[in-house]
Amino acid sequence: MTSDTKIESLPRPADVSRRGFVGGLSAGILAAASEPARAESLADVPDRGPGADLGAHSERSRFVKLDRIPEATPGKRNVDPSDAINSKTPHQKLVGNITPTDLHYERSHSGVPDIDPAQHRLLVHGMVQKPLVFSVEDLKRMPSVTRVVFIECTGNGWENWKKADPDVTVQNTHGLVSTNEWTGVPLKFLIDLVTKDKGAHWMLAEGGDGAGVDRSIPLTEEIVNEAFVAYGQNGEPLRPAHGFPMRLVMPGFEGNLNIKWLRRLKFGTAPWMTRWETARYTQLLASGKARQFQLRMETNSVITHPSGMMQIQPGYNRISGLAWSGHGKIAKVEISTDGAKSWKQAQLSQPVLSKAQVRFQMDWVWDGKPTKIVSRSTDEQGNVQPDRQSFIAAMGTNALFHYNAQQTWSIDEAGRVRNVLA
Amino acid sequence: MSSRNKLFLAGILTAGVLSAPASAFDFGRPATPAEIKLWDIDVDPNGRGLPDGSGTVAQGKQIFASYCAACHGDNGQGGIKDRLAGGQGTLASNMPVKTVGSFWPYATTLYDYIHRAMPYPTPGSLSTDETYAVTAYILSLNGIVPADGKVDKESLPKIRMPNRDGFTPEPEFDPAKLFRRK
Repeated sequence: MTSDTKIESLPRPADVSRRGFVGGLSAGILAAASEPARAESLADVPDRGPGADLGAHSERSRFVKLDRIPEATPGKRNVDPSDAINSKTPHQKLVGNITPTDLHYERSHSGVPDIDPAQHRLLVHGMVQKPLVFSVEDLKRMPSVTRVVFIECTGNGWENWKKADPDVTVQNTHGLVSTNEWTGVPLKFLIDLVTKDKGAHWMLAEGGDGAGVDRSIPLTEEIVNEAFVAYGQNGEPLRPAHGFPMRLVMPGFEGNLNIKWLRRLKFGTAPWMTRWETARYTQLLASGKARQFQLRMETNSVITHPSGMMQIQPGYNRISGLAWSGHGKIAKVEISTDGAKSWKQAQLSQPVLSKAQVRFQMDWVWDGKPTKIVSRSTDEQGNVQPDRQSFIAAMGTNALFHYNAQQTWSIDEAGRVRNVLA
Repeated sequence: MSSRNKLFLAGILTAGVLSAPASAFDFGRPATPAEIKLWDIDVDPNGRGLPDGSGTVAQGKQIFASYCAACHGDNGQGGIKDRLAGGQGTLASNMPVKTVGSFWPYATTLYDYIHRAMPYPTPGSLSTDETYAVTAYILSLNGIVPADGKVDKESLPKIRMPNRDGFTPEPEFDPAKLFRRK
C-alpha cells in the first residue's frame, strides 16, 4: 500500500488521543523493538556521529530481536531444539508480505543435512526415454523462473484443534507458513529433457535428508505448469534449512510436497503410498476414516497485529494481518471487531499475487470494552475461510493437519489480547 | 555446451519461450542402470522395488531390541518416539492412537520406510534380511504376522493391513479417478 492511501485512511487527528495512537502502534509494528520510546523531546534524541565500519554483510539492529521458535507437536512448546520438529516464524514481529529468509518457518524430518553442492546430484528417471543426472550447475544453466509463493506446513494452526491455549502468540498458532521469492528450473523443462512417457501421471520426489522424505505428486496440468526445482531463495542460494542446494517448490500445495534437498524424481503410473502420504499427512475425520491426498492448502488468514499476548490501548488501533490461499489470489479479507457479528472489508497491499501471502489492514477505534477480533479471507475461486464451528463440524477434532478455521483473538477490558476458539 | 547451442539458448531465453524442444541442449548426463539401482529404493503397494531376501519375526525381535527399542519401546510401545503397535479401534475416539497396526494401510510402506529412514542415526544400515525381519516383528506385534512368521517380497504385498479401507481420497486428487478421462 502507498503512504497516500494510508494517510487517507487514518482517522483525523482530532479523533485520536496521543496516548491511544502510540499505544496502538507499540502493540503492533513496534512490538519488535526492545526499548520503549523515551525521547519525549527532540532534545532527548542522541546526537549524530560517525557509525560502525561497513561490513561484508549487514546484521539486524541490536535493538531488534527476531527469532523463530523451535516446537514439537501441539501443546509441546518451549522444547529443547534436539526435540523440536519444526521452527516457527514470528509473524507478530514482521511487516509486509515477504518473510525474512532466516525466519522462514522450517519443518525437517531428520535434521538439516550439510550438503556440499559440488557433490549433490539430482536423478530424474522412471518412465522416461532418457534418465538423466543433473548437478547444481546444470540446473543454474537452464532457463529459470522466479516466483513469490507461500509455503505452509500442513500442521499450521494445529494448536487450536481441540482447545485454545490463551497464552500463545500468533507465532505459536500460525508460525508454520511463510512467503519467499524462489528461483529455479520449471518442472516442465526437466520433464521435456528426460522425455517422460505420456502415461506417467505420478511423480515421486525424494529428498537427500536422513529420512529420505518422499511424496507422490499427481502431474496435473496446474502442477506441471507451476512446479519448479528451486536453487534460489530471496535472491541467494537456498539456506540449508530450506533445502540447499535444491528443493521442489509446489505453489499452493502442502509444505511436505516441497521436497527439500531434492535428489530424485521418478515417474510412474500411481502413487507410491509412502509413509508421509499414508501414516503421516492424512487427516483423521470424526468417523475414524482418514482423508488422503488433501494436497492443496486452503484459504486462510490471521490477524497478526494485534495478536496473542499483546496489549492494546483504547482509541486508534490498526488491525493488520496476512491472508493466503492455495487456490490462487486472495480476493478480499473481512475483519470483525465484534466477535463475528458484523464484518468490514480490509485493504490489501498491492499487487496481490497468486498463492502468496498478502498483507491486509484496517483502521479501528477500540472503545475499551471487551470484544473479539477475527479475520476471514475469500479467494478468487470464491472459497471462503470457514468459521470454526462449521469447520469442526466437517473435519472433527482429530485431523491434526489442514486447519484453516478463522482465528479469533479476545480482548479484555485491560486490552490484553488472547487466543480463543471463537 | 557448444557455441551453437549457446546461441540457441540465448535466442530462446530472449524470446521467453521455454517450450522449445529441450533435447536440443546438452544438460546433465545419462544415468547408468547401475547407479540408478543404487538410488532406486522406493517400494510400491504391489511390491515393486522389494528386493530378494527374507526375515523372520524371531530375528526381527533381536534386531528391534538392539536398534529400535531405545526410541520405540520394548514392544513398539511406551518409547519416546512413534508408537508402533496397538491402538486398533481407537481411530473414531477422541484420543486416536495411530500405529502401524491401527492406521498404516500397506505393509510394503513399512519395509520402504524402515529401509530409507531407520534406524534414525544410521538410516539404511540394516541389511535387506534385517529390514524384512524388523518389518515382520512390527507386524507380529500388531497380530498381523504370526510369532513364527516370516516375510519376503512375495508375502509382504499380499498382507492386508487392518486399516486398509480406512482412507478416503480427496476428490480433487483421487488416484482412482484422476487422469482417467484423458
